[in-house]
Amino acid sequence: MSEYPEKLKDVLDDFGFVTDRSERAELLMDYASRFEPVPARIAESPYPEDHRVPFCESEAYVWSEPEADGALKYFFAVENPQGLSAMAMAVILDETLSGAPIEKVAQVSQDIVLQIFGREISMGKGQGLMGMVSVVQAEAKRHLAEQD
Amino acid sequence: MTSISERGYAHPDVLVPTDWVANHLNDPGIRIIESNEDPLLYTSGHIPGAVEVDWTTDLNDPLRREYLDKSGFESLMSRIGATPDTTLVFYGDKNNWWAAYAFWVFQLFGHTNARIMDGGRKKWEAENRPMTREKPQYQTTQYRAPERNDDVNRAFRDQVLAHVKAKQPLVDVRSPAEYSGERLHMADYPNEGALRGGHIPGAANIPWGRAVNQEDGTFKSADDLREVYQNEAHLSPDDDIITYCRIGERSSHTWFVLKYLLGYDRVRNYDGSWTEWGNLVGVPIER
Repeated sequence: MSEYPEKLKDVLDDFGFVTDRSERAELLMDYASRFEPVPARIAESPYPEDHRVPFCESEAYVWSEPEADGALKYFFAVENPQGLSAMAMAVILDETLSGAPIEKVAQVSQDIVLQIFGREISMGKGQGLMGMVSVVQAEAKRHLAEQD
Repeated sequence: MTSISERGYAHPDVLVPTDWVANHLNDPGIRIIESNEDPLLYTSGHIPGAVEVDWTTDLNDPLRREYLDKSGFESLMSRIGATPDTTLVFYGDKNNWWAAYAFWVFQLFGHTNARIMDGGRKKWEAENRPMTREKPQYQTTQYRAPERNDDVNRAFRDQVLAHVKAKQPLVDVRSPAEYSGERLHMADYPNEGALRGGHIPGAANIPWGRAVNQEDGTFKSADDLREVYQNEAHLSPDDDIITYCRIGERSSHTWFVLKYLLGYDRVRNYDGSWTEWGNLVGVPIER
């Protein structure tokens, strides 16, 4: 975790103080309420399958776009209007990893899902959210490889 | 869709329409319970007065693969302010999939005064009925539950094996791809660790969602259900039937349909389901 982007470390610290399930849900709802789908200049529905997050029943999609400083901006779509957990995860990933050094983004573990949503999250839901982390991580690794 | 009383169900009282729920929001003898797959949905808004029962944290033992025990159920009922006389009304997302699962667990403790809201959360929202983010607080109760009774509505692996050997009917409610062994889990859902694909020998494949009208989430009429379960799957009301899926959630929906809507007396849900059977050494599998 010491190598994680600073904003992500701050968010994980915040969730580390959450002990109550209801409080966690409220915090996650705050994130979900800020969700904005991918802009049309990046992609429009129906979205291409190669951007789809594996194992996510909320039908989440991920894109990345290079910024001037070499970092990446991440974009998300969540097709299921009741996919609030996926929307919350998308906002957290965008707000903490967009603009962060891609070397650090590439090191982010899927375990952050358990830190954010709690270890009692169902395997099905957890795997879908972990899939979102994996796709973001894969985007960072792909750009790193292209820079080499 | 026709009214519940006109659909020919064996036990129509086990379903209540959204209108009925809307007219009983302040009835102290009613406790409305929301059970969802997504842990944030209830917090985002729910029927006024409804409490949440979470299938992971409330219904399962935190350590073992097992449901809550007598003490846990008493604590849960106390928390939601229910007494043995309280009428419980379950509803939730995904066409009441998780509501049926919660309903089934509650039946293991014999709280038969329970209903499911026809159409679930989907229908309530589509009708623009009131939703709130306010979480109700009910006075805790002293609920005395019996020991959990797994004999009537639940099946275990040895019982399933004996059932197979006796060539008794089973219903596999997973998708055709899971049933055939082409896929080890639901499309878009993770592989929850089954080492082998296929189905329990002799099981008919009737995906759970076929019991539901997809446009509004309500249950199909008894005639339409009989067409599926009797004419297609060749089940009979006198059969001893075991339903299963991946972990027992989807199959609790079908258990509800067979037992209450069609009136089959002997239906058990095998909650070990494919995540157990697909990992067991030496048990028979068909593809």
